[in-house]
Amino acid sequence: MQWETVIGLEIHVQLATNSKIFSGASTAYGAEPNTQACAVDLGLPGVLPVLNKEAVRMAVMFGLAVDAKVAERSVFARKNYFYPDSPKGYQISQFELPIVEHGTLEIVLGDGERKTIGITRAHLEEDAGKSLHEEFSDSTGIDLNRCGTPLIEIVSEPDMRSAEEAVAYMKKIHSIVRYLGISDGNMQEGSFRCDANVSMRPKGQEEFGTRTETKNLNSFRFVERAIHYEIDRQIDVLENGREIVQETRLYDANKDETRSMRSKEEANDYRYFPDPDLLPVVIEPSFIEELRKQLPELPTEKITRFKQEYDLSDYDAENLVMNKETAKYFEEVVKNSNAKAKLAANWVLGDLSAVLNQDDIEINNCPVSAGMLAGLLDRIEDNTISSKIAKEIFQAMWSGEGDVDAIIEAKGLKQITDSSEIEALVEQVINDNPGQLEQYKSGKDKVFGFFVGQVMKLSKGKANPQQVNDLLKDKMK
Amino acid sequence: MHKLSVSQLVDGLRNGDFSSVELTQCFVNRMQKFNDLNAFITELGERAILQATNADKLIKEKKHRPLTGIPIAHKDIFCMYGVKTSCGSKMLDNFYAPYDATVVEKLDQAGCVTIGRTNMDEFAMGSSNESSYYGPVKNPWNTDCVPGGSSGGSAAAVAARIAPLATGTDTGGSIRQPAALCGVTGLKPTYGRVSRYGLIAYASSLDQGGPFGKSAEDCAYMLQAMAGFDEKDSTSLDKAVPDYTQLLNSTLKGKVIGVPEEYFSEGLSAEVKSVIEGAIKWYEQQGCEIKNISLPNTNLAIPAYYVIAPAECSSNLSRLDGVRYGYRCEDPKDLRDLYDRSRSEAFGDEVKRRIMIGTYALSAGYYDAYYLKAQQIRRLISEDFKKAFEHVDVILGPTTPEPAFKIGEKTADPVTMYLSDIYTISINLAGLPAMSVPCGFSDSLPVGMQLIGNYFEEDNLLNFAHQYQMDTDWHKKTPEGFE
Amino acid sequence: MPITPEEVLKIANLARLQIKQDEVEQYAIDLSSIINLVEQMNAVDTKDIQPMAHPLDATQRLREDKVTENNQRDKFQAVAPSAEKGLYLVPKVIE
Repeated sequence: MQWETVIGLEIHVQLATNSKIFSGASTAYGAEPNTQACAVDLGLPGVLPVLNKEAVRMAVMFGLAVDAKVAERSVFARKNYFYPDSPKGYQISQFELPIVEHGTLEIVLGDGERKTIGITRAHLEEDAGKSLHEEFSDSTGIDLNRCGTPLIEIVSEPDMRSAEEAVAYMKKIHSIVRYLGISDGNMQEGSFRCDANVSMRPKGQEEFGTRTETKNLNSFRFVERAIHYEIDRQIDVLENGREIVQETRLYDANKDETRSMRSKEEANDYRYFPDPDLLPVVIEPSFIEELRKQLPELPTEKITRFKQEYDLSDYDAENLVMNKETAKYFEEVVKNSNAKAKLAANWVLGDLSAVLNQDDIEINNCPVSAGMLAGLLDRIEDNTISSKIAKEIFQAMWSGEGDVDAIIEAKGLKQITDSSEIEALVEQVINDNPGQLEQYKSGKDKVFGFFVGQVMKLSKGKANPQQVNDLLKDKMK
Repeated sequence: MHKLSVSQLVDGLRNGDFSSVELTQCFVNRMQKFNDLNAFITELGERAILQATNADKLIKEKKHRPLTGIPIAHKDIFCMYGVKTSCGSKMLDNFYAPYDATVVEKLDQAGCVTIGRTNMDEFAMGSSNESSYYGPVKNPWNTDCVPGGSSGGSAAAVAARIAPLATGTDTGGSIRQPAALCGVTGLKPTYGRVSRYGLIAYASSLDQGGPFGKSAEDCAYMLQAMAGFDEKDSTSLDKAVPDYTQLLNSTLKGKVIGVPEEYFSEGLSAEVKSVIEGAIKWYEQQGCEIKNISLPNTNLAIPAYYVIAPAECSSNLSRLDGVRYGYRCEDPKDLRDLYDRSRSEAFGDEVKRRIMIGTYALSAGYYDAYYLKAQQIRRLISEDFKKAFEHVDVILGPTTPEPAFKIGEKTADPVTMYLSDIYTISINLAGLPAMSVPCGFSDSLPVGMQLIGNYFEEDNLLNFAHQYQMDTDWHKKTPEGFE
Repeated sequence: MPITPEEVLKIANLARLQIKQDEVEQYAIDLSSIINLVEQMNAVDTKDIQPMAHPLDATQRLREDKVTENNQRDKFQAVAPSAEKGLYLVPKVIE
């Protein structure tokens, strides 16, 4: 049977506020356990929540960025469940009246195909604490520092049909929250995490199949792998005539598999009801309009502009814009260089991205500044160096050996453009290889490459390749 | 000294007729002497004397605040830093609050001296003080009787002249009903008038702290210090607090009093009824217009309350899980066992019943039929009052259908107990201010009349009560043995 | 609608209360009589009535995003039944 995958994502984004959503405790990451859990976060008897204005502002900004409806009136509700990292025995969240509803997001897939994914809702809620199972032999330790960190939970429609689409959607959301500056998006620290709802149905069938929810996926790669695993697992179950159990599953990155979470298996009945400690949140239309004016240029707009202004392909524009800092870096290179924007794009997405990835460095901390890269491109553009030598120089710049001109000077890498000099090299190579010359003359065009290679080698890569080509053709006629 | 009014005590302290230490000692002695009443969970005698010593210093240096040196008692529901805050439960028997409730902080700042923490129904759930982990409080008027609840300890302490003032909280009548049963004056302010921060929540949308005193004037002093906006409480209203003690003497002539027929129907004891009618007559003689009104949804208040309050409490009490504070069972074998046994061993029956009713009402499939329905009824009840206040200045009726009942009389059937709050509960559902004022006796037990005001018109209520008390002496009666 | 002993156990489970076998019957009776009282609400038609979650017709006040709390861990953990290395301890949880 032909199966179709149906995926919906719930993404939890920690908002980059200074203080908690309902208390004045700090949200800074990495503090000593329970030193940032105040009376309100600990759920001491008698304490009360007061809503953080900045968290509301950030949620509204997100709503505007995905063309959603921002609710003029939203309500906080209690989600009741017992767990040691949830100190009050309930989580303050939003249920019936979330702050953001009915948004959309366009994703671009590898083949350039575009697809619109619906965003059902985004609601404000508080994060839970952390359970540490490894610290003690018979006990679990509870750290409540993270309790009350503001989150928006972004719930998509079940509009995605493959792991690729899911990842593209997740990356796009990640990109937007970073552009808006409402989250640091740091996945290692848990600022951006995802639950994936996956189900299968026979192709052509309208009705959805039974879904599973895989929890706490904190990297793009894990989302992709977990979804692939679930797809295979579910098809296997279905093709063996069994049924999918609606359940919560956990992705184990070490074993690259998902497994049922026993602790959450018990039927949940969250008994949502409006939190009587908080009043309805009313957002004036004027406030929304004010924030709309403050929206920064968002990825979609930037992509359009990049394509127009720099004459870039969809692919290049998408990839440059994905990360706000990469886009900024790229524009600085272009601004400071006479080279074509396309060349800058190739370098930023090619060699630069590769080394950043390899050394796990953020572009903000890149040892080769945008100005330095611009200088390198200028030397390619004015034929001082070849592209090949440029790569060598780039490595030297990366290692901190100075700017482009200093390295060219120090290493004597200046391109040879003096035609008499190149002519001498060409003649030497022709004379040294009479056999190959014979072959070439008898019609074996491929041998031409051999001659080019030999000349470049002899020049230590410095000869201008175009001139070498022209001279060889001329001499071997 | 224990018979003096708050204004007399304030004057006496400032004039040097007596010191705060002497005054405090007098009440601490009475607290110890009458400990059979079981009105206190924690006595803070030594601490109080220290506070009083400091108060005397401030008075001497003329740095005194409005209530500097005046002894008070706190209901054991308000968190008090470093002091056991049990809420009448085994669950918090070991809980020494690591912070102060706003009410505690404000009364401290006003200069009050806290002599002790009063007994109460467990987590404020009860109308007789019999659900307290620390045993029932006895009514000073008849020690076989209950003092009412849940703020029974505070009411009994003021009635027995152990404290001139005491704090209470009122979720469905927990200030007014014990005030009526103990023959003292008690006021439940408008929801949002007094901060709930640090008040251990029973039902968050209904709870409100307020004062007990011998008279309306005394209550005015305490309310003045308790009331006001608190940025730590989202449900606290940023609205100026009038000077209550200065507004007690407006004339009542021409004011309109609404008398709801539903508060005088079956269930009301004949003697209580005639006592209340006597009070109505007094107001009529002052030139008030008495108007018969109807609050047609009154009979739905108890049903709606017993959904809303339990629903909120089932969630509010979830934090009592034995993890971060409070009671933890011995040797829990796993997390589940820790939760189940800690909560079962430490909560009393009434608390468990209400948690279970609330859990049921909120659970899947029942939410609309119970919780949502109750909220709709709440709207109807609130509309009844809104309509009534278009035509009247205050509403007057009995606080309770009968005077204090015997200890043990109503414990067998929870529903019978619930019905004793029939006249007080709808006021909490609407969020209005109301007070209970002593106005006579039935079978040697005090009877209270209830005055209900429009939103934020505590001053009006206090004015009505004070004028009555200027001309009557029911509020001055002291139970035998406590004179 | 009376509450059955099975429902008593189901609710107790959700509420993390342990009800002893010999208490179940009494709880079923007590809770049923409370529900019976509550169901007097059904006497009125509340169609189209806006539910009232709050006594006041006010809206949520917003707090400035400022850190106002400092570390008070020692004070808070002084009342904890079990804490070590700054962590609250519970019996080992297996996820």
